[in-house]
Amino acid sequence: MTSLTIPELREKLRSGALKSREIVDQLARRVEAVDPKLKAYNYVDADKSRAEADKADVAKPLGGVPIAIKDVINVKGDPCTCASKILQGYVAPYDATVITKLREAGAVLFGRTNMDEFAMGSSTENSSWGVTRNPWDLDRIPGGSSGGSAAAVGGHEAFAALGTDTGGSIRQPAALCSCVGLKPTYGRVSRYGLVAFASSLDQIGTFTKTTEEAALLLEIIAGFDPRDNTSVDRFVPKYTQSLHQGVKGLRLGVPKEYFVEGMDPEVEKAVRAAIDEYKRQGAEIVEVSLPHTKYAVAVYYIIATAECSANLARFDGVRYGKRAANPKDILDMYGRTRAEGFGAEVKRRIILGTYVLSSGYYDAYYNRAQKVRHMIAEDFRLAFGKCDALLTPTSPTAAFKIGERTQDPLQMYLADIFTIAVNLAGICGVSIPCGFTSSKLPIGLQIIGPKWGEETMLRVAHAYEQATPWHKEKPVI
Amino acid sequence: MADSPSQSIDVTYVADLARLRLSPEEISTFQKQLGDVLGYVSQLAEVDVSQISLLGEADLKNRLRVDEVGPSLTPTEALANAPKQDNNLFVVPRIIE
Repeated sequence: MTSLTIPELREKLRSGALKSREIVDQLARRVEAVDPKLKAYNYVDADKSRAEADKADVAKPLGGVPIAIKDVINVKGDPCTCASKILQGYVAPYDATVITKLREAGAVLFGRTNMDEFAMGSSTENSSWGVTRNPWDLDRIPGGSSGGSAAAVGGHEAFAALGTDTGGSIRQPAALCSCVGLKPTYGRVSRYGLVAFASSLDQIGTFTKTTEEAALLLEIIAGFDPRDNTSVDRFVPKYTQSLHQGVKGLRLGVPKEYFVEGMDPEVEKAVRAAIDEYKRQGAEIVEVSLPHTKYAVAVYYIIATAECSANLARFDGVRYGKRAANPKDILDMYGRTRAEGFGAEVKRRIILGTYVLSSGYYDAYYNRAQKVRHMIAEDFRLAFGKCDALLTPTSPTAAFKIGERTQDPLQMYLADIFTIAVNLAGICGVSIPCGFTSSKLPIGLQIIGPKWGEETMLRVAHAYEQATPWHKEKPVI
Repeated sequence: MADSPSQSIDVTYVADLARLRLSPEEISTFQKQLGDVLGYVSQLAEVDVSQISLLGEADLKNRLRVDEVGPSLTPTEALANAPKQDNNLFVVPRIIE
């Protein structure tokens, strides 16, 4: 039952064949059975979800459907730890706008999913509450930072989940766990109530089993919010209605810089086969160039760390969460609270970000990175003059082994090499399942759209999904 | 202003700016790891950015609104997560003797 899609659940709920409470019960049982192995969840309060289920109005678009939430989004009355010790004990005093919208659509909130601390990481190994494991191979990482959401949906212990994507944190884990992971255009979804990491890059998005569900959830969570001045007042299309139009006559670009040395040959083969499938369906394939691609990771680790060093200054032991015991004075309190509360990766990034913004280095690092960022965005603008969407691999490799890259942050950063530029340009991207390696590890195809190009992008994703079996496969846990 | 990026970083000094008390082990590990990262990001020095504006395409407009009081957290709710509070105020260690 936990393998049903949202439209299937909705049909059963509306016909009376299933009650929302039964769905929550089944889900809770599935979590009990598999989560000791996966550790996708940080927190589940099944009784609270049952109470919401009993009140759910099944006539609504998500009426009675449980949705899991990444542990970085505020849900009133629940913990929101960001997988950090510094927020241990924090209870959210309000609902994020996406939560309000899910509630209005009738959804039942179910569980907070694990993540890299403050969404900093590509493997979910940086969680203070334990490592999440990949449902397809328990010795491997699920990707990150939204690895809990990906493992929960990929492992069929969530029907769908919200995540956040700052440099690939939805798309990369979705690829590694065989789910559909959607990062909307910057400004499409309100971030009010999302704990900020890098404010010019962060965006909330979805994990689902199918593109139809991604379209449905986006319709619900998208839209202008006066409480988030970076959200954009722009019409929200009915993404579910344009899904089925096929790709005939569309021009799909293949950026040559995304097929590089060092890429896993099995990943390249699967993505090339996907491109052939699009050709077969009548799309025109055009080669395009994004010449500044190779600088994206460097630009990202300057801009994202600079922004995080400012955003995380608020965790100082005064207003929320943890405070070090018996501080001598206020500087001692700040220094020790932050030393005890933050994990190694968060500290590294705060230091790097503080450094690139410090006097004497600001121009050479931060300002230069901002300029190269504009060049990356311009590359995409020119490419979208020649095509409607881009096709690339989501990740250069399938899931790597737990512990393999933890001692070498730079190698870890390179896991996001194909996803980061999308955030820098503020455009949209989705990862969909496109096959498996010979050792049965999922491979993702990334489809990139221009700003506000979600309709066409999801239509492209749907056309491939309908012609292939990958999204129907289920891991044995 | 430095014209070209440096690949060394004084972790002790920067950690102090960032209000992070690090252990000697952390300092030496971060020194090496961040040196590698700075070496990697220094490739940006090869890009010709002389024609690029810092602000990019300025297609943004100010968004103004009427300054009206709306629903908000009560003081009790806003203070509920504070490690120490008193009389609707956050309490911190003494700053001035």
